Amino acid sequence: MNQLAIDLGAVLAAAAPLIFATMGALLSERSGVINLSLDGTIMLGAMGGFTVALVTNSVPLGFGGAALIGAAIALILCILSLTLGQSQTAVGFVLALLGIELSSFLGAPVVRVPGPSVPFLPIPLLADLPIVGVVFFRHNLLIYLSFLLVPFIWWMLFHTRMGLTVRALGERPAAAFARGVPVTRMRYLMCILGGALVGIAGAAYSLDLRQGWSYRHTFGMGWIALAIVIFGGWRPWRVAFGCYLFAALEIVALRSQRTMAGVPTQVFQVAPFVLMILVLALVNLVSSPQALRRIASLPPTLRGPVAMLVSRLAVAAPAALGQRFERP
Amino acid sequence: MEIAVTNLTKTFGSLRANDGLSLRFASGKIHGVLGENGAGKSTLMKLVSGFLQPDAGQLAFDGQPVRLRGPGDALQAGVGMVHQDPLDVPGFTALENLLCAAPRRAFPSRAMARTTLTTMAQRLGFTLAPDTPVGAMTVGQRQQLEIVRLLACGARTLILDEPTTGITAAQAHALFDALRQLAADGNTVLFVSHKLDEVAALCDTVSVLRTGQLVGEQLPMPQPQQRLLELMFGERIVQASGQALLLAGVSVSEPQGLPVVQPIQDERSSEASPTRPLVWQLEQVTAREGMVRLRNVDLRIPQGRVIGLAGLDGSGQQILLRLLAGRLHPDSGRILINGVDMTRARTRTYREAGIEYLPADRMRDGIVGALSLTDHFALLQPAGITVDRQVAAQAAREAIAAYEIKATPITPLIALSGGNQQRAMLALVPDACRGLACEQPTRGLDVASAQGIWQRLQARCATGCSVVFASADLDELMAYSDEILVFFAGEMSAPLPRATLTGARLAELIGGVGFERSAS
Repeated sequence: MNQLAIDLGAVLAAAAPLIFATMGALLSERSGVINLSLDGTIMLGAMGGFTVALVTNSVPLGFGGAALIGAAIALILCILSLTLGQSQTAVGFVLALLGIELSSFLGAPVVRVPGPSVPFLPIPLLADLPIVGVVFFRHNLLIYLSFLLVPFIWWMLFHTRMGLTVRALGERPAAAFARGVPVTRMRYLMCILGGALVGIAGAAYSLDLRQGWSYRHTFGMGWIALAIVIFGGWRPWRVAFGCYLFAALEIVALRSQRTMAGVPTQVFQVAPFVLMILVLALVNLVSSPQALRRIASLPPTLRGPVAMLVSRLAVAAPAALGQRFERP
Repeated sequence: MEIAVTNLTKTFGSLRANDGLSLRFASGKIHGVLGENGAGKSTLMKLVSGFLQPDAGQLAFDGQPVRLRGPGDALQAGVGMVHQDPLDVPGFTALENLLCAAPRRAFPSRAMARTTLTTMAQRLGFTLAPDTPVGAMTVGQRQQLEIVRLLACGARTLILDEPTTGITAAQAHALFDALRQLAADGNTVLFVSHKLDEVAALCDTVSVLRTGQLVGEQLPMPQPQQRLLELMFGERIVQASGQALLLAGVSVSEPQGLPVVQPIQDERSSEASPTRPLVWQLEQVTAREGMVRLRNVDLRIPQGRVIGLAGLDGSGQQILLRLLAGRLHPDSGRILINGVDMTRARTRTYREAGIEYLPADRMRDGIVGALSLTDHFALLQPAGITVDRQVAAQAAREAIAAYEIKATPITPLIALSGGNQQRAMLALVPDACRGLACEQPTRGLDVASAQGIWQRLQARCATGCSVVFASADLDELMAYSDEILVFFAGEMSAPLPRATLTGARLAELIGGVGFERSAS
């Protein structure tokens, strides 16, 4: 029982960087901008954040630096795509590659150099609670913030006027424009805020979960974050669930590696990614037109619940995602 | 609120959409703005509501000169516009739509917004529920929601661009009543339309635009229709004879009831149809698409007939069209084409049997926008490795001449106007076509283009091709159909010969009054 609690706590901690990255991507995509540079941004954020923290010997400054790097990459994406009208997909993809290579090049001096990390901060009293304390309250400030980020983003998107505007930008920018919203400026803002969160996700790896820096330190996490946002249907809670699911798969793979020594380690490293793809494919299959037609031909008693389940699972992307808005 | 425009000019490329317009709309009145498609009505309204910025000229609201940087500025100054396709967010509920980016003073809280929505809707006679998603509303309801939103955000002038396109007669009635009430309260209403009867029924004054210029300024209503037509179309209407006048007469029908049009093909309709071979024969066909279901349809369509499908959008006529064209397979029953059972055949087999389909959404389902007419003819060539561009170009040139398409053989079709695209689509239908299923063949076209399309369709009928078309336009249905099938909530009537119908009767049937399902 205690081991399970420790494992659950480890899952919550391991998911923290993904939470920051996916919530950042979510903000950006909800406003209609798809930031494909995530993988490069996380890598540069990890490298930059670690270097800043190492040089200044200050973890908060490290996170600040990582946030700035993420914001700067998002700004480049915005200028090229929103202002100059280039394809968001192409620009984002190139930025991802650039970020990956640049982090290897610039980060060479700090490879495997020991550096500062986020200090352990159990919450007094709560940490001593049985089970719950172990799962939730024996982490550091970063992990606690990741717990708070999800409800905050959810509240912002669905319970504030600001959130309504952001969602309108992603669904139908022309409607937002008709209501007097400065569409491009707001999209810049959301994309840059989102980028800062993605940068923080990078520093969360290098200053906490995988302390230090090495070649391609966080490779692949950005792509996984993008996939989780799609799988989560652009809904904060479901996206968070996806992050925790992925972290859990990673932990399970790690544990199995010990118990099943005969299986090559690569299998366990790849397994979470493959499982994610399977889940994504399943979700999309269930929501395809053919599946909907099947559902329509089910007996009436079954049809209602199944249709409801599918409509819950299948969520369409923001309608204007990736599209440029030109004022008339 | 008085709106004045002085010398307003807006150009798009070489097109002068608004050419030095000077005009004044007095407050507390309903002003009609008339003109055919492309006359510059929408451009003028978008300039007044801040969507577009003028190249030259001034705007003044209540005598104060204004410069609008966007629609937000216009709304703040008290001018709001309801677009033909209302600019709302489909994923939001009515309430969220109201709140989205609204000024804080309009709705201090969600609860207040809910109260405002229900009270305003009630006062204006609208049927709006705050928690309905916009995506599930009819166009009419979305329009009503926009009106409520604009008024709540402080609009004292409402601009409506072709508001009666796509809404039911009952909704149009409710809309007109609400607009009259708003004008009585001192608001200004600008009503943009190309339908004379609506303008006559609603407006206090009317202004007419033609090719970007003002040709009739603030004429007090009522005006003789003939005069308005002359203003709208210029000398063309004087030259027009025979069918053109008939068409014009149809488009200016009286609001209280549509006139019965002289049958065009008397000799054809009087022929005993059973003697002609059947193009389509449906036996006990049941099919479903989305939420709508057609049951046990029996239908026989002989050669050379024009069958009109009437009904509110989504009453089942689209399903029938798609069944006839082989785009949808029935759940049960049989479909025979030229006497051959084609119930489960592929679309390609249908086309080989001479059945063609003209969809309503040209750009999505009909043509490839980036390709030219030559490319389209090349696509029609029999399967092989290479295409013969010379043959295709020759076919394109012939089509351009025969169908009066304003394009070169290599113009991408997306660059064409709606009427030209529709003619191009029709030109692509092979001469061997035996049955043509058209969904709203003249949607979005002006009177002259629509008439051109119908001349072509009728020419095809004369050679034995049958045309089945769905339309929301009662005048069109009454003018061109030999028989009309009325659809109501997934039920289909028996074929009703046009001579037995009047426009008013047809409108009633579409609304379900006295509707009778065909006996099967």
